[in-house]
Amino acid sequence: MLYNEPSPLETRILSRRFGMPNSASIETYLATNGYEAFTKAAGMKPEQIIEEVKISNLRGRGGAGFPTGMKWSFVPRNSPKPKYIVVNADESEPGTCKDRLLMEYDPHELIEGVLIAGLAVDAHAGWIYIRGEYRYLIEIMDQAIGEAYKKGWLGKNIQGTGFDFELYTHTGAGAYECGEESALLESLEGKRGVPRIRPPFPAVVGAFQCPTVLNNVETYCAVPPIILGGGKAFADLGVPKAGGTKLTCLTGHINNPGVYELTLGFPVMKMINDVGGGMRNGKKLKAFIPGGSSCPVLTGAECEGATMDYDSMAARKSMLGSGGVVVMDEDTCMVKAALRIMRFYAHESCGWCIPCREGTAWLRKLLTRVHEGGGTRADIDLIGDVSRNMLGRTFCPLGDAASLPTTSIVEKFRQEFEDHLNGRPCPFESSRHMVSV
Amino acid sequence: MTFSPETEARFAKLLQSYPPGRQRSAMIPMLLYGQDEVGHVSDELIEEVARRVGVTPLQVNEVLTYYSMLHKKPMGKYHVQICTNISCLLWDGDKLWEQACQKLGVGHKEVTADGRISLEEVECIGACSWAPAIQVNYEFHHFVTPEQLDRLLEGLRKQ
Repeated sequence: MLYNEPSPLETRILSRRFGMPNSASIETYLATNGYEAFTKAAGMKPEQIIEEVKISNLRGRGGAGFPTGMKWSFVPRNSPKPKYIVVNADESEPGTCKDRLLMEYDPHELIEGVLIAGLAVDAHAGWIYIRGEYRYLIEIMDQAIGEAYKKGWLGKNIQGTGFDFELYTHTGAGAYECGEESALLESLEGKRGVPRIRPPFPAVVGAFQCPTVLNNVETYCAVPPIILGGGKAFADLGVPKAGGTKLTCLTGHINNPGVYELTLGFPVMKMINDVGGGMRNGKKLKAFIPGGSSCPVLTGAECEGATMDYDSMAARKSMLGSGGVVVMDEDTCMVKAALRIMRFYAHESCGWCIPCREGTAWLRKLLTRVHEGGGTRADIDLIGDVSRNMLGRTFCPLGDAASLPTTSIVEKFRQEFEDHLNGRPCPFESSRHMVSV
Repeated sequence: MTFSPETEARFAKLLQSYPPGRQRSAMIPMLLYGQDEVGHVSDELIEEVARRVGVTPLQVNEVLTYYSMLHKKPMGKYHVQICTNISCLLWDGDKLWEQACQKLGVGHKEVTADGRISLEEVECIGACSWAPAIQVNYEFHHFVTPEQLDRLLEGLRKQ
């Protein structure tokens, strides 16, 4: 059973098997062009595979949006070290719940994407790093990996091609920071998930000090359709410089929240109204997060004419991010929203570098004080100041992720902060619950 | 220290899942699966995992305190995790949290007197489109209403 009804406005490329009977089984996969892309790729030169991925305009689907083909081309093929493939399945960006579905309904598509990446960079082993909370998905992936070994799609001399590949699952144990690529690699090595200084980047020095391709689940899942249908066909689905589709998680105050596969460049208002069934209770749109809580927030007015792609969001000083859309209606307290988001980053900061460790903790305190009605005008300025000063000054993007939403909320909704001053209660609700995490 | 045959088999597989000399990689998975069986990360479990992956217990301790799913104190037989992060908050996840605290008379990371149920207010669990969401041990509950939460907690009390 699917979690939500599909929308007729979807373009189902990566999710085309969702809802099929036994969609996770290798039989279903093989009966629906499964592993044909691997067979095709095995007959191509590695450079041709990478070129096809470049032509597709596929960009990393975990949030950063880095061009995938280019990332793969950074792996030094002549390195004497083994090369590895790592899958980032540590999905934990608030608002994001798409990789879950890809692994639940179509685990073999992920395996096939990993194999093709292996062919492209001459890697023969890989790990799928799955967040600990997703235990049932580790079981599903282990089952699928077992089937693939049994049917000769993993292991030695895969289908007589001479290509070997070993694939393993690895569980995390609760840490948002491990979704950051270098912290993930530390965690995979059995350490605290603290980011590494870059350069060198993982393509050169990654897992176990060896050259490593590290991509999000959705990025790998896009590779088999790119190889089968050609990079150009995938690119043509999207907009210039961003090809294909994006699994988009509609969350918050809409009538039909759910995960939908939409072409890059899909209009924001059409997505809210026609895919998401419109605002809940007919309320007005106040604020919009395009792709996870790390993105700068847009106002309802800024959503007019916006499209779901990297350039349109950059033009509005936000980001496409991970696909975790958060829709907030006119009754939402933006101070509370900013506070809840900051509580998260303060909890998840690894503590390694000072601007993030101290900045998130101070911002949490300041936002709590303002929300509880004990703030002053100087506090509002200080919130803006501290968050702006964290930006770009941390080892890893977690500091930026905490800074960007906060800065944008203070700038765009300053009046709501003022409305909380002078001991006034929150205008939106009397409940003063403060989270304990 | 010995574990169930199932866990032993998993540990054996984990120790072979990484490049030679990199068995330390199995530490975090072994702690989590070990915790599932023991109930918490006990000193004995720390020593056992340290021995099997070839590090000191101190090194295991240093790592495990980083990860929020690893508990050094026993949690309840049923660990109820309620998400109040942004997408769940917008569907009143915070009110579910208050309701659970009131009903059970315990707070964040506390356990009921009979040891059956513990509560934790958790960060995003990846169920944002099906908010508000709860996890009981590893099991997801989506679109949770106050009535459903009540029934769920009643059921756990009796189970």
